[in-house]
Amino acid sequence: MSEYLPLIFAGLMGVAILAYVVLDGYDLGVGMLMPAAERLEQDRMVASIGPFWDANETWLVLGVGLLLVAFPAAHGEVLGALYMPVAAMLVGLMLRGVAFELRIKAEGWHRELWNWLFWAGSTLAAFAQGLMLGRYITGFNSGAGYWLFALVVGASLCGGYVLLGATWLILRTDGPLQAKAVAWARWGLLWVALAVALVSLGTPMVSETVREKWFSFPRAAYVSLLPLATLAAWLWVWFGLKRSETAPFFGAVAIFTLSFAGLAYSLFPYVVIDRLTIWEAAAHPSALLFMLVGTAIVLPFIVGYTAYSYRIFRGKVGTGARYE
Amino acid sequence: MLSRIQFGLNIGFHILFPSITIGLAWLLVYVRVRYERTRDPAWLQTYKLWVKVFALTFAMGVVTGITMSFQFGTNWPGYMNTVGNIAGPLLAYEVLTAFFLEATFLGVMLFGMARVPGWVHVVSTIMVAFGTTLSAFWILALNSWMQTPTGHELVEGEIIAASWLAVIFNPSFPYRLTHMLLASGITASFVVAGLSAWRLLKAPDDPAALKTLRFGARLAAVLVPLQIVVGDLHGLNTLEHQPAKIAAMEALWKTERGAPLTLIGFPNQEKRANDFAISVPKALSLILVHDPDGEVKGLEEFGADVPPVAPVFWSFRVMVGTGVLMLLLAWIGSYLLRKPVVPRWLLWTFAGFTFSGWVATLAGWLVTEIGRQPWLVTGVMYTADAVGEATGAELGASLTAYALTYTVLLISYVVVLTHLAGKGSQ
Repeated sequence: MSEYLPLIFAGLMGVAILAYVVLDGYDLGVGMLMPAAERLEQDRMVASIGPFWDANETWLVLGVGLLLVAFPAAHGEVLGALYMPVAAMLVGLMLRGVAFELRIKAEGWHRELWNWLFWAGSTLAAFAQGLMLGRYITGFNSGAGYWLFALVVGASLCGGYVLLGATWLILRTDGPLQAKAVAWARWGLLWVALAVALVSLGTPMVSETVREKWFSFPRAAYVSLLPLATLAAWLWVWFGLKRSETAPFFGAVAIFTLSFAGLAYSLFPYVVIDRLTIWEAAAHPSALLFMLVGTAIVLPFIVGYTAYSYRIFRGKVGTGARYE
Repeated sequence: MLSRIQFGLNIGFHILFPSITIGLAWLLVYVRVRYERTRDPAWLQTYKLWVKVFALTFAMGVVTGITMSFQFGTNWPGYMNTVGNIAGPLLAYEVLTAFFLEATFLGVMLFGMARVPGWVHVVSTIMVAFGTTLSAFWILALNSWMQTPTGHELVEGEIIAASWLAVIFNPSFPYRLTHMLLASGITASFVVAGLSAWRLLKAPDDPAALKTLRFGARLAAVLVPLQIVVGDLHGLNTLEHQPAKIAAMEALWKTERGAPLTLIGFPNQEKRANDFAISVPKALSLILVHDPDGEVKGLEEFGADVPPVAPVFWSFRVMVGTGVLMLLLAWIGSYLLRKPVVPRWLLWTFAGFTFSGWVATLAGWLVTEIGRQPWLVTGVMYTADAVGEATGAELGASLTAYALTYTVLLISYVVVLTHLAGKGSQ
């Protein structure tokens, strides 16, 4: 049993991080799109994410929490190496979260200022998260090439979040704002296509371990299904934009999930690439077991009431949706 | 050192907001239930005003709390390496049982009133309050374990839990939890009373504001004396388990029978004595041992393992002093508020005391955290062994960024809160 515990927790952590990236991704994306919209549209955009952003951000705390709990050795190493991007992300998330509350209550130029900080915070957080991912994949190697790669990943994640945000708005709004969101989603898709291509080519270049995994036969034949599926999801979104309100968002989620699966495949079994495997970094079985019991009991409830909350707030958002 | 300043700054800034939300959440439950029962629109208006205050405070708590979860790793890698098997699961339980619950139902509470039946909304409000309290439960379990660790064992060089029940319900936990929950109730009462008084200064004939002012004052008048009793019990518990902390709180350098209570003085760590001290003979023995000739252990007993005395001594006096002032104001205020006409000086005093709970809470937090030094986990690990390896430049840069952000946030928070309160519930 105890040799499976790290595996189970790696899976749980993956689920938490993926949930975070998709859920907070759409609301950070909406934040990044703010300057492209009119004043009343901005209120509507914010209203579409109002009831959810708090809980969405909690998945980040869970992801980091699981890293801390299940892989304490890696937690110190990873977050120590990512010190500056983490600090930048936190400042971004703080500004975004508080601007959320304050822009509703402010008037005049104060409101403009908080709108701007809402955008700036969202963008800073998104870019910093991409940067963290980029540094993580390269195993925190220094050197101009590795840093360039991390910057590209940072910009890519921004594109991905814009795509998620735009497709979320297609789902939750109608009229002129929805039409704008379709256009935004097209830009987001092109951005993502370029980004995924660059990162997919870059990753094997910056890491030999990853190169081995993708380009050695006969495995390459099976794993090439992943990029193919990603391409299919991409096309589904592109052609779904005209026809469906729901397909684009779920297509975008599929693109994220598949990219995430590719990444997980590249890294496994490492939690710090080439240095620490999940077994080496795992906490004591007594701690893991205590956690597992709690997670098994509580997680279904979390999923349940989260689904309930999405059910309550389903449908299109109005313009005046503040605190009702 | 920068690492510790940074963590101290973050946690000290973070603690401000939960200290309001835990208490305020239950006040909202009360108001919401009253509205559900009476259908009196005045209750609804009150609810809608205070839910805005709550939402803002909660958001501040969330964003500063996320920072904490990262800094355990970035600033204190040694901490997680040594006691991660204890601290980790407690933190994870907090996230799983409390954070998701409060964050999700907060969405329903804030935006769902028109979309769900009344009872679902009441339940959501209760869930949020329950979540905030549960969160305090877990974080104080961890903090108390660090103060008075029990239930752990050393197996092959790793510290692991032998009994999770003993870890969670360690000796100081029940006292600390009660002390903190009461502190939050009092802080929230003074915020409600203070902001209502501010509204009354601007609009003397706002009946809703007068109602909430009375409510806040009366609640505080009940909770503050309770807190004094609990605080005393907590102190006696500390005397039993962390005598060095008590000695530092009272600046008692030598073990004495019939020890005097130093009211005011300047503890001098080098001379190991107090300069310009004013003391009451035998009073300390009377308070701590309940016997005027009882023996109280002084700092000399603990060798090098003593905290810096002056900050602990002074923080304790600030906490107690603020508490006494709050008690006086709550009692005198409740008495004077029986009449329909409220003197303006009383309104000004309540407005001035809006954030008095923060002063007392922060001072109390400094007492307990500095009083634990040099230990991070009493008897298990020293603070110095847990500090991270981030470079001075990185720390300096991020510390500046945090300090700037926090200053902007705190000013905005207070300005918006007074603005909201000034507009009142109509």
